Amino acid sequence: MKLTITINNKPVKAEKGELLLDVLEREGIRVPTLCYMKDFLPSGACRMCVVENEQTGKLITACSYTVDHGMNIKSHSARVIEARKTIVELLLSNHPDDCLYCVRNGNCDLQDLAREHCITERRISGEKNRHHLDLSSASIVRDPAKCILCGRCVKVCSEVMEVSAIDFINRGSQTLIGPTFNKGLNTSSCINCGQCIMVCPTGALSEKNHFAEIRDALNDPAKTVVVQYAPAISVTLAEEFGMAAGTDVNGLMNAALRKIGFDRIFDTTFAADLTIMEESAELIERITQGEDLPLITSCCPGWIKYAEEFACDFLPNISSCKSPQQMLGAVLKSYYADISGIEPENLYVVAIMPCTAKKFEGQREEMTQKGISDIDAVLTTRELADFIRLFGISIDKLEAETADSPHGIRSSAGKLFGVSGGVMEAALRTAYFKLTNKEMKQFRIQQVRGCIGRKEAKIQIGDLQLGVAVVNGLANAKKLLDEIRNGRNDLHFIEVMACPGGCIGGGGQPLRKNSESIIKRMEALYQIDETETINVSHKNPEVLALYQNFLEKPLSRKSHKLLHTTYCQRDVLL
Amino acid sequence: MKATDAEILSTYPNAGKESLIPILQEIQENTGFLSEESIVHVGKHLHVPTSRIYGVATFYNQFRFEPKGKYHIQVCRGTACHVLGSSSVLDFLEKELKIKAGQTSRDGLFSIEVVACIGACGLAPVICVNKTFHAKVTVDSLKHIIDEYRDAS
Repeated sequence: MKLTITINNKPVKAEKGELLLDVLEREGIRVPTLCYMKDFLPSGACRMCVVENEQTGKLITACSYTVDHGMNIKSHSARVIEARKTIVELLLSNHPDDCLYCVRNGNCDLQDLAREHCITERRISGEKNRHHLDLSSASIVRDPAKCILCGRCVKVCSEVMEVSAIDFINRGSQTLIGPTFNKGLNTSSCINCGQCIMVCPTGALSEKNHFAEIRDALNDPAKTVVVQYAPAISVTLAEEFGMAAGTDVNGLMNAALRKIGFDRIFDTTFAADLTIMEESAELIERITQGEDLPLITSCCPGWIKYAEEFACDFLPNISSCKSPQQMLGAVLKSYYADISGIEPENLYVVAIMPCTAKKFEGQREEMTQKGISDIDAVLTTRELADFIRLFGISIDKLEAETADSPHGIRSSAGKLFGVSGGVMEAALRTAYFKLTNKEMKQFRIQQVRGCIGRKEAKIQIGDLQLGVAVVNGLANAKKLLDEIRNGRNDLHFIEVMACPGGCIGGGGQPLRKNSESIIKRMEALYQIDETETINVSHKNPEVLALYQNFLEKPLSRKSHKLLHTTYCQRDVLL
Repeated sequence: MKATDAEILSTYPNAGKESLIPILQEIQENTGFLSEESIVHVGKHLHVPTSRIYGVATFYNQFRFEPKGKYHIQVCRGTACHVLGSSSVLDFLEKELKIKAGQTSRDGLFSIEVVACIGACGLAPVICVNKTFHAKVTVDSLKHIIDEYRDAS
């Protein structure tokens, strides 16, 4: 039903039940928000979005009120602006005054709001927040002193991820957000996905920085420092440098990495192809033997930790394949070190990932050979951008370069690993070929594409009808697993990605971007798949050469030793 | 003999999250405080994350997370006591016993709890140690009271 309300003296049509904030946005009026997140139930906690309803004379929150007959809204009256300004001043009154040293300096919602509201002097001063810095996690740093208690991280952790590692503790002026018993994140159920960082408006949550170690390694003449980057990086890095979302800067990124001083540059997408060779072989083996089905993907370290905590009954179903990051690390520190005459302990492997959980994964005990870690340091997309700026590189002025061989050539199927549904698509292309000796007529599997939380398809391969499902956001994974627990048995293969949209929406990606950016990144990856010529992992010449020269065949003894891993049940404070 | 968490939880079959507070109260009644183990047990039983349970429990003043001391001191912070200086009473006790409200001293002798009005406004400022009231306390009298409990143990 249509109704008319008045906004800033102008009649405006709106649908009954529509959120006031949405109507204002449609009218081109930006109302500041802090605790509000689109598609979540509003909490109205921060009061930043207050507007004046002259019909009742009250200040109401635009994020939690729907339009109503006769509403007469003033979005920026003197009273409204004063109220918003006071809210920001109160938030600043107990906030640490260390913007210059803050990881979010120049990229902070609170800082922006202070500037927007022309706050140039301290009118309200209060006791500053004093809380311990939590450095216990391998991936995420928590600084509750900088927390403004908007609760966005709590919502994401419980509603998108169903992890609930953190919640509000205490009340009133003592309130803070933290894990159970206010202990470190490392003993909580946190899966390190970093989605909390993505929604944090301040510097209260950030990734654990590996800058210093990498700089030391780069300056150490004894070390050969090599770098690998994940499929999703090349289509997101551009946004950090003001270019349009979805711009593919693979070549420029290679050039920038060389300028920084990395000795060799490899593409993790090569290892994604390797993963597909192993995982499709595993899928075929399990289908032939009828054991441990459905097979569930293992590339996402957030999902793996989740399964080890909350879904131990599915651990036998999870593919034993290491993730592409770890596979490439293992190959580099064995085969590559050997053919290049480098001692594995002198080979320093840096991985650039769209993900904070990869930092945790790189430190897992299982991911070592003879006490040497497969991966030495992990940088997020954001940190790579910082690194490029630190070295004074103008990325847009560089000439595109290629990655190094071996382990630099990739298929476009591997590139799809960056988007939810991509591992599935790549694996099906190769499984189809292995089972029928023919290529698929149409490589694109439309049913598993797109950004929605769950996608399902039935795929005909010869006589076999394969039931497949793709989920992103662990709350969606939990629903699917519950269906299987309750007897559903039509699925053979499931892809799980913790982050919404897959790695293109990962916790290490550029901050303060909206879902449109994620769609653009997705389109960019699909575009690469359309335009390139090697569309299947089993035609990657360097992967085939690696099998011929070293690994022999998928699931060989050597493959098992280097490329596969095990999982274990975790005791954490659930 | 004290009931175990499992025994208490068994009296709440198929309970939902609405039973959280009564369960926590019963466990605290039984063991004197909410241990980490208890919170994990309750979480498993109700299918509520422990972070949520800890959040709810810390919201209310009535729950404690350390065992009570041999002498459990309740400091009234109601209006009348506040007017007559209960905040310096609390300050003194925290300094003297080297613990904060809600905590228990290392030797297990003393614990402090802040309570709202305990209905003895005529005795303000008042503290209550193991159900014995001490009226119109001052810093000097508190020192004496604490020393007596120390000597008695």
